[in-house]
Amino acid sequence: MSPTPKALFARHGGVLAVILFWTEAAFAHVQKGEAAGFLTGLKHPVSGLDHVLAMVAVGLWGAQLGAPAVWVLPVAFPMVMAFGGMLGLMGVPLPGIEYGIAASAILLGIAVLLELRPPLAIAAFVVAVFAIFHGHAHGTELPPGQSGLLYSMGFVIATGCLHGVGIGIGTVHRWGWGQKLVRFAGGVVLAGGVYFMWKAITA
Amino acid sequence: MSRPNSRSHIPIYAAVIFASAMLPLAAHAHLNSTGMGPIYDGLMHFLMSPEDLVPVLALALLSGLRGATYGRRTLFALPGAWLLGGLAGLAASATNGNAFVSAAWFLAMGGLLALDAKLSLRMTTALAAMLGLYHGYLNGAGLGLSFTSAAALIGLIFAVFVLIALSAAFVVQLQATWARIAVRVAGSWIFASGLLLVGWAVRNR
Repeated sequence: MSPTPKALFARHGGVLAVILFWTEAAFAHVQKGEAAGFLTGLKHPVSGLDHVLAMVAVGLWGAQLGAPAVWVLPVAFPMVMAFGGMLGLMGVPLPGIEYGIAASAILLGIAVLLELRPPLAIAAFVVAVFAIFHGHAHGTELPPGQSGLLYSMGFVIATGCLHGVGIGIGTVHRWGWGQKLVRFAGGVVLAGGVYFMWKAITA
Repeated sequence: MSRPNSRSHIPIYAAVIFASAMLPLAAHAHLNSTGMGPIYDGLMHFLMSPEDLVPVLALALLSGLRGATYGRRTLFALPGAWLLGGLAGLAASATNGNAFVSAAWFLAMGGLLALDAKLSLRMTTALAAMLGLYHGYLNGAGLGLSFTSAAALIGLIFAVFVLIALSAAFVVQLQATWARIAVRVAGSWIFASGLLLVGWAVRNR
């Protein structure tokens, strides 16, 4: 005797339900991780105090030195920092990164505190050398699943904005009290640099 | 107690589930759906694709720095080349852009903008044509040949046109030195992003 339709449904209803309610993956080209990558890149430089101190110090020093250093230094730093990041991504090792980052805060802090005025080429060279350490350390820390390009863009933009903060603070340099304030800020950067160097040595 | 003549259906179930799981479906890829039709889909695709958008923005800003004549030339040369490249790409098989070439565009356009390069009008036109042909071809190839793809391409080119018009016009009227320097600083950031893009390309190779 052949089974009734009801019996057939009872036997195979489960399979039918599986087929009907099977959820397919949506291959809809939603570019996952793009916004997150950009925001992570934007937040990353701000989240590390060692990075913030050096970035702001570059802006402060540029403001003290005046044109053209006020824009040459903040242009040189992100470009060379990205070069350092590129080396890191390529797997090129760089020894003593933590020492280099701490030293950058110490030397840039001293430069602002003492209002040092070296030739522009030397100032740019000093900033560029330290930028490599910052880029190598921070430029490669992309969380999985996020867009590398947008992370990089966010990282570079945030770094440039930190320079802008330093330049903004440095605009008070035109007044006597402002010069003292900027030099005091240099002292704060120096103190932070000493702290990070001590941490690097004792780690 | 087992029923007489009953056979296990588990192998059948397993086969059906396996077939459902492995069923190859067409990948409706490439365009983010705005819900407003293919023209807006194409427009949004350009605005949401930094690989396309950033070099175009850099060239528009550079053209603006060089003056209104350069801005007008880029305004028509780049979307025109994009259209030609896109039409050629529509008929081609799908292809992916090369990350190193994308990085090269970032480096070239960002570097030229940061340097405020004194390019001739002919050189600027050639750059716009190359940029448009390359990116247009990639966009077209990604879209595939269909009516909606052609509409999406038109929306995409419209976005390119508007971006160049707004960016170049904004920069052309800048007179203050600091404002023009700020535009060049943006170029240095694009160059820096290009350097990191080279690193990502090497790492992901």
